[in-house]
Formats: sequence, structure tokens, C-alpha cells
Amino acid sequence: MARIVAVTGNEAVAEALRQTNPDVCAAYPITPATDLMQRFASFVANGQVDTELILVESEHSAMSACIGAAAGGGRVATATSSQGLALMWEMLYIAAGTRLPIIMPVVNRSLSAPLNIHGDHSDAMGARDSGWIQLWSENGQEAYDNTIQAFKIGEHMDIRLPVMVCLDGFIISHSIERAEYLEDSEVKNFVGEYKTLNPLLDIDNPKSFGPLILPDLFHEYKRAQHEVTTKVKDVVLDIAKEFEKISGRKYGLFETYRLEDAEIALVILNSAAGTSKDVVDEFRDRGIKVGLLKPRLFRPFPYEEVADALKHLKAICVMDRADSSGGYGPVFLEVSSALYHVKKRPRMINKIYGLGGRDYLPQHAEQVLEELVEITKTDNVRIIKEYIGVRE
Amino acid sequence: MKLKGWKELTPGAVILEAGNAAEFKTGSWRAFKPIWIEENCIQCLFCWLYCPDMAIKVKDGKRAEYDYDYCKGCGICAMECPGKKGQKAIVMVEEGR
Repeated sequence: MARIVAVTGNEAVAEALRQTNPDVCAAYPITPATDLMQRFASFVANGQVDTELILVESEHSAMSACIGAAAGGGRVATATSSQGLALMWEMLYIAAGTRLPIIMPVVNRSLSAPLNIHGDHSDAMGARDSGWIQLWSENGQEAYDNTIQAFKIGEHMDIRLPVMVCLDGFIISHSIERAEYLEDSEVKNFVGEYKTLNPLLDIDNPKSFGPLILPDLFHEYKRAQHEVTTKVKDVVLDIAKEFEKISGRKYGLFETYRLEDAEIALVILNSAAGTSKDVVDEFRDRGIKVGLLKPRLFRPFPYEEVADALKHLKAICVMDRADSSGGYGPVFLEVSSALYHVKKRPRMINKIYGLGGRDYLPQHAEQVLEELVEITKTDNVRIIKEYIGVRE
Repeated sequence: MKLKGWKELTPGAVILEAGNAAEFKTGSWRAFKPIWIEENCIQCLFCWLYCPDMAIKVKDGKRAEYDYDYCKGCGICAMECPGKKGQKAIVMVEEGR
């Protein structure tokens, strides 16, 4: 029986970590992820988990210790945000390149400067090429569900890759919402006993991790790593099906909302998708055929599936809560790449919204949808990339 | 040695065979070569102890000839060699001279 609770996003994810019971967790506090790890540290202190909690002097050390523990042969988790993730940067690539299934909730926050502690997606988007799988979550419930599934995805014997579970800082991490928790035994059975692959602590079979790989082999290792990412989609879908059996909640590579017969649509990640769905409903009430696509698996990006879901549209706005200075937003880049190969492409625009925790309001979605309606009438795109909700 | 294709690699570049450094011959890096002068050798075996690779051979507890396949020419053995009466038992000479 599910337990229905009122919890913050951080609380929900800490509960998921308690139920999955990692062997090792090395973490360093950073707003807004601090409270997540603080709650988990209480579980450790109270003997509610078997986890060895390692307190380190920085996030670089946190990820390094996680890498060591995962190479040793343990189930490993940590959590971070923003500058913490940025400080982990070189170790992120080592975790992925060494194929270590470390699970890391990332409570999304902007990157300095100017210094800001509030939610946007700059941190995780900066790490999108590191080789980690990325699952994005609209609310606390999805963050909880994604964290539990992340263990099973990352630890899958065909995958063995680290996974980031992204949730919006403060908007989700510190807001209380209704959530349904699974029973401890259900989670335990679902994630199963941790299976090792070439663990370093198997001392009867000595091995070396992290060798120097020169130009005669490096290219081959990267090609092999790419091959693994091609298998992730199917594993994510299989595990989502299994998860639905115990939770009743359905997950895919992305969520579509009133998209099938839509003519215009928004593509938007995480918490702002919730606000946007309300506005989609309003427009539908006015007889305007609007839909929405919310990516869940952002890395590896499901190009073909996203293209199939969007190709019938007349116009799309891809909303980015992260900027690429001098470039288009990261979600826009992926969606336009996905649709380039479609014969009759929708018109596409990119809006940058909500940086540094700036509120995303229904009127922002309304403004964007009105512009899309205009584009379908005139077939004229005024500007491709634009900032919304910004003072002149 | 036939180089492996991408389908033949271990996940994460983990090396499963212990002690395979012996397959990696580093002698070709060498610019200076150590020469052992037996008459100045007091058999202290400092050279064997300090050698960072496996270039110093020991036979029946006594210093033997170099295995130059594993000598990078770092010069540590020559530096540490106490020699006999101020005469070094190991000297470095430039390769190709």
C-alpha cells in the first residue's frame, strides 16, 4: 500500500535514497541540495540505512570518493547543485568513462556570476556532454520515482552508467506537495541486490582502474561508450513498465500533453511544464489546438521519438531555463536537430525564461502561445531566440 | 601486437589481467643509458631498490646486467649508486654516442 504524504522535493528524494539504501554516499552541502543530504544524513545517524556516509572537503572530493566506492563494488549515491556540480566537472567524465553507476540527484540551480542560489538548469545542462544519463522531473513525485528508477537504469548490466536526476531548486526542492511513497519492501525488491561488475575489492582477481589510454585505443573506448548510450532508451522504457506495475504511475522517454491533435506546442522541462499545462488547457477551452512535450530522458536524447511526436505540428516553441551565451538554448538545439530530418518541418522558436529562479508565470506561456498562433497565420518568424519575462 | 576493435574492450577501460606492465616496454624512451661497471660495484643493490621499472636484474642475490627493454634512462640508479672509493659503478652515457 502506498503512503500518501505532504513533502518537499528534497524530502521525497531523501526518502528514495533511504529506501534504495546505498552502500556509500559521499557528499558536500550546497544550496538547495543541502537539505536533501541533511535529511539523508539523519537516516544514517539513526541507523535507518546501512550507508557509509563520507564527509568530504569539496564536491570534487565527493565525486572522487563516489568513483572509488563504485569501482570498489558498492551501490553509490550523492547529491549536489550548481557550483557543486561545476566543481565535480572533471570527475563526472571519469565516473561515466569508467562506467560506474553512481546515482546523483541534481537540485537545479543557476551558475555564478552573478551569484544566485535559485533554480535554473544551467548546472545540469553544462554537464550534458559528460556521459551521464539525465532524467528530469516536474515535481517531487517524479523526482522520487526517477531516483528509484535511476538505480535500476544505471546499474543495469547492459548500461553501467551514472545517472543524474534533475529537479528544480527551491520551486520543487523546498515546496511541499502531495506525493505517494512506495513501501520499503517494494522499493527493495524493485532495485534488487546490487550486482558488481569487475569490482576492485575482489582481491582474488586483481585489476587496474583508470589506465592511460593513448591515441591507439582512446577513439575505440569512446565508440564503445556511445554504443552503450544507444541501449539506454529501451532499458529506461522497460524499467518504466516495471515501475508502473508497483506504482501505477506511467513514465516514458518524455511526457506528451494534449499533443496528438495539436497544431502548436511548447517543449519545456521540469516544474515550468506544470504551469504550462494549465495554460494549454485554457487555450484548448478557447478552441486553439495546443499541446506540450516535456522531456524526461535528456541524455541520451531520444531524437527519433521526439521527432515523431512533434513532426505534425505547425509551430513549436522550445523553452529553455538555461542559456548558452552566444548560442541557442540547449533544449532548442536538441529539438531542432531532431526535427531537421523531418521532410515537412514545424516552424520553431526558442525562448529563454526563468533564469536564476525568475518566476515563470502563466502569462509567459500565454504570450508565447499567442506568438505561435501568429506564426501559423503568417508563416513569419519574427525572431528565433528571445528572452521572456525580462525587463527592458 | 594486434590492436583491439571497440567491441573487444572491457567496460570503462578496466584492466583485468594483473601484472601486464611487463608487456609495455619502455626502453625506447631512453635518451641516456646507464652502464654498469662491475669492478666498482659493492653489491648494495640500491639500484635494484630504487629502479622505478624492472630494468635491474638480480641473479643469486647479486647484481646482474640491465634489462634495457624496461630502462627509460631516468638516471636514478646512477644517482643513488655509492660506488667504491669515489668511483661510481653506474654511469650515464648519451644514446647513440
